[in-house]
Amino acid sequence: MSTPAAIRFRGVAAGWHDHAIWEHVDVEVRPGEFVAVLGPNGVGKSTFVKIVLGLVAPTAGEVRVLDVAPGAANRRIGYVPQRRNFDASVRVRGIDIVRLGLDGDRWGVPLPLPWTRARRREEDARVRRAIETVGASAFAERPIGEISGGEQQRLLIAQALVRDPELLVLDEPLDSLDLPSQAAIAALLGRICAEDGVTVLLVAHNVNPILAYLDRVVYLAHGGAASGTPAEVITAATLSRLYDTPMEVLHTADGHVVVVGQPEAPHGDAHAHLLR
Amino acid sequence: MSDVLFLGLAVFDHAFMRYALIAGTAVALACGLVGYLMVLRGQVFMGDAMGHVAFTGALASLAFGLDARLGLFVACVAVGLVLAGMGDRGRAGDTETGIVFSWVLGLGVLLLSVVASSGGAGGAAGARVLFGSILGLDAARTTWAVAIAAAVVIALIAIARPLLFATLDEAVAAARGVPVRLLGFAFLAIVGIAAAEAAQVVGALLLLGLLATPGGTAWRLTTSPYAGLAVSAAAAVASTWAGLLLSFEVPSLPPSVAIIVVASALYAGATLLDRVRAR
Repeated sequence: MSTPAAIRFRGVAAGWHDHAIWEHVDVEVRPGEFVAVLGPNGVGKSTFVKIVLGLVAPTAGEVRVLDVAPGAANRRIGYVPQRRNFDASVRVRGIDIVRLGLDGDRWGVPLPLPWTRARRREEDARVRRAIETVGASAFAERPIGEISGGEQQRLLIAQALVRDPELLVLDEPLDSLDLPSQAAIAALLGRICAEDGVTVLLVAHNVNPILAYLDRVVYLAHGGAASGTPAEVITAATLSRLYDTPMEVLHTADGHVVVVGQPEAPHGDAHAHLLR
Repeated sequence: MSDVLFLGLAVFDHAFMRYALIAGTAVALACGLVGYLMVLRGQVFMGDAMGHVAFTGALASLAFGLDARLGLFVACVAVGLVLAGMGDRGRAGDTETGIVFSWVLGLGVLLLSVVASSGGAGGAAGARVLFGSILGLDAARTTWAVAIAAAVVIALIAIARPLLFATLDEAVAAARGVPVRLLGFAFLAIVGIAAAEAAQVVGALLLLGLLATPGGTAWRLTTSPYAGLAVSAAAAVASTWAGLLLSFEVPSLPPSVAIIVVASALYAGATLLDRVRAR
């Protein structure tokens, strides 16, 4: 326990001073873990991510991310936000989108000047490496608006990886993908976590595509959160206690879990949506 | 050197043509760069609205007996900033643009009647605002146009990369600390200045052609954003040169019309090439 936690929440609440979306949340994510943030729609999962990134301030409690205040280490974090797809009118190559993840916050434009050649070569190599890692080499030169949602998602993950982050934060990365693409992206993230030692924090509303790769789940509820291994947390007893309503967890023969009796979103539903 | 190169070209014997080519090149460079980013950001309609703002701003100056350029720049930059403020995260939507557009145009019509009824040089000046006055530049005006265009080019190149990031990937750019909203404001202010410059070359009526058409040509021809900036600037400069020479050879053809005809022809060619490549 000598190494600092990748993410630590102590008694954290989110919302407004008189109206919490969720509160009393304690979470500790160890470096190198693959963690899913789960919960019903509108519970404030995206708000959880925005607090980790320092884009939204918690209303109570203490947050540490990569052992510093949230937002202070965003250069060491790769972020894949919840999004719509790029539409067909976006005629910019995938490789340029990936490259912006590396240098998009620098002023000016990249000019082919002789004295920047060494740096350009090194940056080209990093971009290429990130694209190879996600298996996107075949379509990285095509306009991003013309490729499939799964292919776009691979390139966006490459964009998040291009600076070799210690922590990868993804908001619903499997949303709006077909089932084979969901499985492929989940496997890719599992590999990045296991082989490159990157801590992965992923928001999802369906745990099944990622279940095999997960070290820890955080179930978010209005009154708090349950955090632990999937086997500990995704149980009828834990979830029923967390959501204060009878819930059942069924296990299918192929290893999937089905949570029956999904709780209604907390009473702050409309507000929670606004924050997403 | 250029004398040898262009020996026999009567075009360069005339000071007004030299001024037109010099000022036109600088303004086209600025418009080409701004236009490509406008196309990428989906703000072409905003450029259209800027044409009417240029018209109204210049007429307001004339109505008060001031230099038309003063009102041109003040109005274009002010409306650019107002639109940025109305929009989400410094990006004006079509609704905001449309509302401001029609209101400003109405104001312009009112001012036109004021200027026209005042008689004298007002009417001719009003026509210059609408159709451009690139052939009427003197040394001082040329210097000003070039200096302002150079400032636009430098400012735009300075913010091009983070602006591109904020355009294509707003949420990630914001998380990385890119000042998304501030860049949106800065860009619309730059669009305003570029529009005011373009109004002097091709006039308020045709300003969108110089501002957006080269951007559209680049959007058709390349999928690399930095190449797109260069292609757009090159298309704008080429249109301006070809248009000026064309109108010199065909005196009945106004330079603004000739420039827009060439710019549109380039866009048509690029579209055709794009279609052929897609097969």
